[in-house]
Amino acid sequence: MGYALNFNLIWRHFDKLWGGLLLSLELAVISIAIGIVIGLLLAVWYVSAGRMVRAGIAAYVEFIRNVPLILLVYLVFYGLPTVVDIAYSAQTSFIATLSLYSGAYLVEVFRSGLEAVPRGQIDAGKAIGLTPWQRLIHVRLPTMLRITLPALSNTFISLFKDTSVASVISVPELTYGAQWINFNTFRIVEVYLVVTAMYLLTGYALLFALRLVERRFRAAR
Amino acid sequence: MSANANAALLDVRDVSKAFGTVEVLRAVSLEVNRGEVVSVIGPSGSGKTTLLRCVNFLESYDSGSIRIDGKEVGYREAGTRQRRSERDLAAMRAETGMVFQSFNLFPHLTAAGNIMLGLRKVRGKSDAEASQIAEHWLGRVGLAHKADSLPAELSGGQQQRVGIARAVAMEPKILLLDEITSALDPELVGEVLAVVRSLAEDGMTMLMVTHEMAFARDASSRIVFMADGSVSAAGPPAEILGTEIKNERLRNFLARFRASHF
Repeated sequence: MGYALNFNLIWRHFDKLWGGLLLSLELAVISIAIGIVIGLLLAVWYVSAGRMVRAGIAAYVEFIRNVPLILLVYLVFYGLPTVVDIAYSAQTSFIATLSLYSGAYLVEVFRSGLEAVPRGQIDAGKAIGLTPWQRLIHVRLPTMLRITLPALSNTFISLFKDTSVASVISVPELTYGAQWINFNTFRIVEVYLVVTAMYLLTGYALLFALRLVERRFRAAR
Repeated sequence: MSANANAALLDVRDVSKAFGTVEVLRAVSLEVNRGEVVSVIGPSGSGKTTLLRCVNFLESYDSGSIRIDGKEVGYREAGTRQRRSERDLAAMRAETGMVFQSFNLFPHLTAAGNIMLGLRKVRGKSDAEASQIAEHWLGRVGLAHKADSLPAELSGGQQQRVGIARAVAMEPKILLLDEITSALDPELVGEVLAVVRSLAEDGMTMLMVTHEMAFARDASSRIVFMADGSVSAAGPPAEILGTEIKNERLRNFLARFRASHF
């Protein structure tokens, strides 16, 4: 092994990695936010709708979950603009893709959470005269949130890591920054060690923050 | 008051219901007058709880009618068997209070919050008003100091007292109590029954399903004995729980009950 580790070149280009990490977080936050809206709407629709709607939502979930994310990214970025007349930046395209992707996973999380709300609580809501909409807002959703928080945390961390796929369409997030440094310095081991550490630390920080939220909610149980 | 001031407040007439092929209610009829406390007793599986859940339409019924203050509960008038709209049902249910065997408090709301939810969202009261009413009722059930506690921080007996406060704070016309002490440790039963007794003294109309025979005897104006989905015997406590019982099923039920409780 004649390879000597040299991190100097990495530090010289660290702004690429730091900027990349911030963009990764931005992509994750925006996509997850949109995904939560999609997930909540579809989950609520699913549990109250008939067979047709359920089949439609299930088809969306199954499609997204069985196609690799990287393929979806290619489809939306390269495929869609050639078929329909739209133009968007790589970044917008990726946010759209990851939003649809996270939406599909979150529908599942929210749906199972809604179905796990104890019957008795819904009965209690009915008994004091709440309308179905009021029961959803004031009884079912708060309880669902409490039930699904651990699963939500895992999904969020997972989606944060999935932002690395954006590098394949040249969105300058963290993994893309690593590739750029690698191409320009050939310090492949060093750069991926540093980037791995950055993903790991950020992931842990996110997990820690989410666990704090969970604990707060559990204390309020 | 209502147009039928001298009719029964709750009028259950020939109500039948089946879950699939199992008939759980067979032409059940009973009346509860204003200010009366009526207890329903009977072996498990006799349809007591189902009957109670039909009264506020948590369960639908297949035939017959249930009227509260002269108004049909779950279905539109004119015998069409057309289910009321959800909005209508919600408004009807707000007129009946229900206390559940397993308390069913909202776990994310404090004791006061549980009581205030219906007051604010259904009765349209302001936060301040609702909070005042919640405080009053928590005081009545002896939990003024627990207003800010979450259900998980309360004992079973305390949770059930909040459950009662939540129901009566809505000023229902009738209170439905579904085996409200069955999930409690024996030493906590007394505190809950004391609250029910004080409500009865205030003239609250109540229909309760219970296994507390002594309490049913002391607190009820009438007792209804159900077996196999129908009313098998009904009358004043002294008659139903007395020493000379002609009804054989009731006699067997009471004998079994006594054997298992003493």
